[in-house]
Amino acid sequence: MKRRSLLATAGAALAAAPLARALADTVVGVTATEIKIGNIMPYSGPASAYGAIGHGHVAFFKRLNEQGGVGGRKVNFITLDDGYSPPKTVEQARRLVEQEQVAFLFNPLGTPNNSAIQKYMNQKKVPHIFLSTGADKWGDPEHFPWTMGWQPSYRTEAQIYAKYIMKNKPAAKVVVLYQNDDFGKDYLIGLKDGFGKDYAKYVLKEFSFEVTDATIDSQAVSMQATGADTIVTAATPKFAAQMIRKVADMNWKPLHFLTNVSASVGAVITPAGPEKAVGIITSAYAKDPTDPTWDKDAGMIEWRAFMKKYLPDADLTDGGYVFSYGVCTTLLQVLKQCGTDFSRENIIKQAASLKNLVVPTLLPGVIVSTSATNFHPIRQMQLSKWSGKTWELFGDIIEGTGA
Amino acid sequence: MNPTLSRVFPWLFFAAAAVLPLLFASDYRLFQLTMVVVYAVAVLGLNLLTGYNGQVSLGNGAFYAIGAYTTAILMDKFGVPYWATLPFSALVCAGVGFLIGLPALRLGGMYLALTTFALAVATPQLLKYKLFEGWTGGVQGIVIDKPDAPFGLPLNPDQWLYLFCLLVGGVLFLAASNMVRGRIGRAMRAIRDQPTAAEAMGIDIAMFKTRTFATSALFTGISGSLGAITIQFVAPDAFGVPLSLTFFVGMVVGGGASIAGAIMGALFIQFVPNIAEEVSKAAPGAVYGLILIGFMFLLPGGLASLLRLLNGKRA
Repeated sequence: MKRRSLLATAGAALAAAPLARALADTVVGVTATEIKIGNIMPYSGPASAYGAIGHGHVAFFKRLNEQGGVGGRKVNFITLDDGYSPPKTVEQARRLVEQEQVAFLFNPLGTPNNSAIQKYMNQKKVPHIFLSTGADKWGDPEHFPWTMGWQPSYRTEAQIYAKYIMKNKPAAKVVVLYQNDDFGKDYLIGLKDGFGKDYAKYVLKEFSFEVTDATIDSQAVSMQATGADTIVTAATPKFAAQMIRKVADMNWKPLHFLTNVSASVGAVITPAGPEKAVGIITSAYAKDPTDPTWDKDAGMIEWRAFMKKYLPDADLTDGGYVFSYGVCTTLLQVLKQCGTDFSRENIIKQAASLKNLVVPTLLPGVIVSTSATNFHPIRQMQLSKWSGKTWELFGDIIEGTGA
Repeated sequence: MNPTLSRVFPWLFFAAAAVLPLLFASDYRLFQLTMVVVYAVAVLGLNLLTGYNGQVSLGNGAFYAIGAYTTAILMDKFGVPYWATLPFSALVCAGVGFLIGLPALRLGGMYLALTTFALAVATPQLLKYKLFEGWTGGVQGIVIDKPDAPFGLPLNPDQWLYLFCLLVGGVLFLAASNMVRGRIGRAMRAIRDQPTAAEAMGIDIAMFKTRTFATSALFTGISGSLGAITIQFVAPDAFGVPLSLTFFVGMVVGGGASIAGAIMGALFIQFVPNIAEEVSKAAPGAVYGLILIGFMFLLPGGLASLLRLLNGKRA
């Protein structure tokens, strides 16, 4: 009797085994009731301010689950801390992929951190999508078909400035101030894309500085001495503020393009002096939560309602939450397009099949589009000018050049 | 523990460390344990310098970086197999360590700590420097391949890498424990505790200090090489001040002037941040800090003092 029941159990197990294995082979991280998504954020360490993005994600998926989930499944969102240290990112990525068996990795943050895991993710064929970094290299489907960025890259932004200059100031004499790292260099590449064969005609000289430099004053003086009338500044906030102040103090009145990394009013414009920054042009792709223009905007009303209910204590001026809402909305669209097939192949395929998606927190006219050859989901931005009190959007939505 | 047991115990521990994880640990756990071995060697290197010789270094991360980059560049640009890069990285780091040890002779205590700290601050920038960019890959860093098991051994890459690191680490631990137990170790400690008396006894302080610096750099450099092979990626921003401080934390928590303490310190710096994160996603740094303070209150002599306590009671 005992033996028979044992046999029966074994038989049942044998019969079930191929089925279980088939499921495990094709849809890792997905069961009948849930889909497991992994994420890595710097909750500790030098970049911990970005942790807000991760907290935004958690709240977004909490709401999604309360509303019934997606494709008949709840989202099990696992977010881990890497302290912004690339070796730790590798460890956490391996934990998510091998230990937690997530379906895919969504929005890990940081350029060096994602560089450290890109090869691993592609070897394992696990989708590594919508990264929190503006580097340009995440849109390379030929070599890394499992990795995809999200926000407009620094390179795209620079292309847009070049495009604007060629159209509106064809006689411009441009000097570039760039930070000597991948962030600054992406701008140089973007300007070269944008100006094309006329690069040498427009750009008089490029000036670089190290993040460790105390000031950029000497560069600013040399820049003025070239006789240029247009500046493109690719610098992080501290140096951007110095640049704005120095240019004003030298009584130099060039047309000044400033990377949107340093468009923060609190961190750059106020320290530099709001009156000294008048006329500076930057670009944006998302709505600024502090801009009164969007007080009655349907998308931002939706975002504020979400924040009020799910993150009541959060700082509403923190752009990280707006970013989070936008990138999560994009992911939700991908998951909806997946239907009920949450295999890794289908997830990356659907991520590369976004057609003119409108995201509530992005500027009107900025759409999210991808294809099998375009892994840069957002490629459009709008310019905005510092009026002395606020950034004021102007002109049309401009799209980056090239693929 | 009786004397025979305490002599046999390290070998038993090594054998268990070689066999048990291969049988029971997943690839991910093996990866973590490999990093423990890597950190243990780095903490040991720092311990020789600071724990045994009393020269406080807050910049050993720089040697780790040099070791890691030596391996990565040799593998990436010159096609040298991973194992053959270790002697190079040992030589380079020992040389750099010796040179840095020379000016360090004139500096003691806080001043040496500050000088080595400057080394840690400078490292990421130097690695990004334009002149070296062709080799270092600048800010983008270098991606390297993971080695497969040789001789057709039935091991997957993670298992092989763990064994390889454990073997290299084991040799270094054996060398270090022999060194500190003998004449050299006594001299190192004498210089730390009573430099004047040591000199009166005929110990060449300058020579010992610079050579200890070189040895420490050699250990840390090899650890950096193993780390690069394990992580498969090097980038300047991975080798900043926090890395040097991590080694320092490992040394203090494990216990200064203790060989076994290096292993415990490595376990601490590998696993405790993960525990802190489990406790709170909102403020993992604060939790980690609290754990650290708690440790220093309860075990001011580091984890190794716990071992000594057990040892003392049994004897």
